[in-house]
Amino acid sequence: MTLKIVKSGLATTIQDLGRPGYFHLGIPEGGAMDRLALRAANMLVGNPEDAAGLEAVFMGPEIEFTRDASIAITGAELPVMIDGEPRETWTSITVKAGQVLSFGFLQAGARAYIAVSGGIATEPDLGSRSTYPIGALGGVGGRAVQPGDELPVGDAPLVAEGRSVPPALRRGPGNPAELRVLTGLYWYRLTEDAGRRFFEDTWTVAAEADRMGYRFKGGRPLDFVDREPPFGAGADPSNIVDGCYSYGSIQVPGGTEPIVLHRDAVSGGGYFTLGAVISADMDLIGQLQPNTQVKFVNVDMETALAARAERKATIAKIRQELG
Amino acid sequence: MKTRYTYGGDEHVYVEMDEEMSLEAFFKSLSMSNAVREADIPGVTEICPANASFQVRYNPDVTPPEEMLSRIKDLEHMADKAEKRMTTRIIEVPVYYQDPWTHETLMRFRERHQDPSGSDLDYAARINGYDSVEAFIEAHHSQPWFVSMVGFVSGLPFLYQLVERDRQIQVPKYLRPRTDTPKQTVGYGGSFSCIYSVRGAGGYQMFGITPMTIYDPRQHVSYLSDFMVFFKPGDIVKWNPIDRAEYDRILAAVEANTWAPRIAEVEFDLDEFNKDMVGYNAKLMEALNDA
Repeated sequence: MTLKIVKSGLATTIQDLGRPGYFHLGIPEGGAMDRLALRAANMLVGNPEDAAGLEAVFMGPEIEFTRDASIAITGAELPVMIDGEPRETWTSITVKAGQVLSFGFLQAGARAYIAVSGGIATEPDLGSRSTYPIGALGGVGGRAVQPGDELPVGDAPLVAEGRSVPPALRRGPGNPAELRVLTGLYWYRLTEDAGRRFFEDTWTVAAEADRMGYRFKGGRPLDFVDREPPFGAGADPSNIVDGCYSYGSIQVPGGTEPIVLHRDAVSGGGYFTLGAVISADMDLIGQLQPNTQVKFVNVDMETALAARAERKATIAKIRQELG
Repeated sequence: MKTRYTYGGDEHVYVEMDEEMSLEAFFKSLSMSNAVREADIPGVTEICPANASFQVRYNPDVTPPEEMLSRIKDLEHMADKAEKRMTTRIIEVPVYYQDPWTHETLMRFRERHQDPSGSDLDYAARINGYDSVEAFIEAHHSQPWFVSMVGFVSGLPFLYQLVERDRQIQVPKYLRPRTDTPKQTVGYGGSFSCIYSVRGAGGYQMFGITPMTIYDPRQHVSYLSDFMVFFKPGDIVKWNPIDRAEYDRILAAVEANTWAPRIAEVEFDLDEFNKDMVGYNAKLMEALNDA
């Protein structure tokens, strides 16, 4: 069984839950930006939660099925059509051999996840099928899908049609979106005023927003505590001796536009970081469109861990619901 | 040197040995990150050593943040006591300085540079007080380098030169990063040299290019058949200046899979090195004669 890519959309990539273990060599974990959405899509079609599916950004692909299959689309609200007939998102759908999946215009969110029973079965690199184009790993020979690709799919039985994730368990960012941040790392480089302003101001998602990182603009510039530049750091007050970057860490080159590193993060560099978005809110970033308004919310470790537990509980509920 | 411990969100602990770059800070960071690896703390998923710091990624559901931080902290005394010596390898990396490809690229992005009137090498030579580009290139390759970090993107090594601080070359990064850098460009930013493992964006000054493949995800290159990434922290590099003819010859040989870099196993002892850097480096480089 294969998925025939008729149209590829804007940037549709194969993603699973990533390849941890190689960040010390500059190879990021990668994987679905909205992990909860990919897990839910896989659960809907009876796959292991870490099976590989497709991540479509802003615009859906067009796909022809060579055999009957169960599919599910989660994440962004991207109207789903089978042979032109509208179907539900977050719900299992049975498609017949020869039928074509296509999408309407994006209504909310940024990334839709397409799971197919059996999972996409391309060759894994370093234990994962996730596409990392910079390093030419995973995906289709290291790249995003293109028209004409035929993606192999594993063998699996079909599931009942109409299984659905209850709307209360579908998590998306609000408007303005709130991203919770734990300060730390090089937070002390900012003046007290700048630190306060970072959380007071409303920021907007800039056009440069991709799997590597999301850039934000519109807030007031941040200023730094005076210092003698440490040897090897560089003269700019936002420079440090190149160090590792955390996933979710927020760097502000030159104090102007914050960048939150995401799943395909560069593993290190020479900019100060003021802290990191908490793990529970990383999925939400993957659903932010350019120009969305965002507030960063200052939280403590206790809140971060409670949010983490809450997200896990949501996933467990979806599992229970579909189990 | 004062060690600083901090959290990177709820999944990372970040440890900075020193704000400044030094070989002492690099050694301590490397030995402490090794100690963390050996301690095998439950929940740890990634240990990333950097120039003068390192980062641990972990699952806080397995070991809570406070406990993770304190367990890492407890290992500091071991790193302090650890011998500042290691068995490593020295690798001769051919470099074609002032090559046409990085030159074409630097001309394309000239408006993003501090000094649009010359080349990156002209600029770097001048601000570091060298009379000529040739003298500057000589300083770049005459003494060896330590790979102090691997990262940014796939297998990219950062290198720090094994010389006194007052002899360290320092250059700023481009005013605005380029959107393109040729694959295997030898670059420079701050006090670090690097080799761009893949083509892509970059902000380091461009000095030359190496014909040596250092990242091969398909692992066709013979010396990358064990693993797709060539460099690891602790490697020592000696740049070997080559001309166009040699560059073309090596590039063809890499493609034909009949070339491998010269490599020799060496001991590196930081205290011995500090006593006589130039003499110590000469011995390190001699090891390549037998390779």
